[in-house]
Amino acid sequence: MIEWIISILLLLGGSFVLVGSIGLVKMPDFFMRLHGPTKATTLGMALLLTASMIFFSSTQAGFSAKEILISLFLLLTAPISGYMMIKAAIHHKLDSIERTKGIDNIEDDV
Amino acid sequence: MRSQMRLEAKFRWLPTPLRSLLLFIVWLLLNNSVSAGHIVLAVILAIVIPLATSPFRTKQPLVLKPGLAFRHLMLVLYDIITANVQVAILILGPNKKLTPGFVKVPLDLTHDMPITILASTVSLTPGTVSAEVYPWRECLTEGKEPEERFLLIHVLNLEDEQALINTIKQRYEAPLKEIFQC
Repeated sequence: MIEWIISILLLLGGSFVLVGSIGLVKMPDFFMRLHGPTKATTLGMALLLTASMIFFSSTQAGFSAKEILISLFLLLTAPISGYMMIKAAIHHKLDSIERTKGIDNIEDDV
Repeated sequence: MRSQMRLEAKFRWLPTPLRSLLLFIVWLLLNNSVSAGHIVLAVILAIVIPLATSPFRTKQPLVLKPGLAFRHLMLVLYDIITANVQVAILILGPNKKLTPGFVKVPLDLTHDMPITILASTVSLTPGTVSAEVYPWRECLTEGKEPEERFLLIHVLNLEDEQALINTIKQRYEAPLKEIFQC
């Protein structure tokens, strides 16, 4: 029974991470590419880590809690790295695809 | 009565109570044990580290409504899950249907800490990544509050700009204002 739960979690997590990576390849410009890794991957990793937590808690003695810590750090760092990258992209005036709306909302550099 | 925003904690030896609690929990998780020795060490670290680092830090508003903060955290976690599913669908769908856009969201928050939390929440929730906070820090004169602040966000699929701004303001900014009372 536990094996089933672990396998389902692993498959689901794996597919979310895969979708995030597909987004990275498929999207037309840098700003849209950023959406895949910052979001789809967080849930994917959370599911994979839950699977790992169940596996190690059931096979080894004691409760394995390190995974909670890993997901905490992931949740903290994902938005920050995304923010740094998009800030750098705006600073370098990277092209976004033509149908992007509200491009005037970007203010000029100091 | 509406309570006031507080920058200083009640006890001087505990400048940032929630951060101390976080340090305590993280230390126990890192060691994966709740033995007496580690609890003592965690308590010492949780008190010493905030005390040692607080002189380097600019004062930020403290969490005044912990219960509400917890509720907001649960809401954000739920939104992260739905965000992932929505973005996955958008990514797998045809590229042609997507109309990306930059949106400027006017902010009512004033301090760095609440703005950072809001920006991170926006990055983790449906189809939006926060990009920039206006005005730039370099443009500000020391000790003077800017008239208006904006958060620039990039949206993967922009449909109704005003609706999106309203959602962000009501769903994520209003609770933060309530939590920090600022």
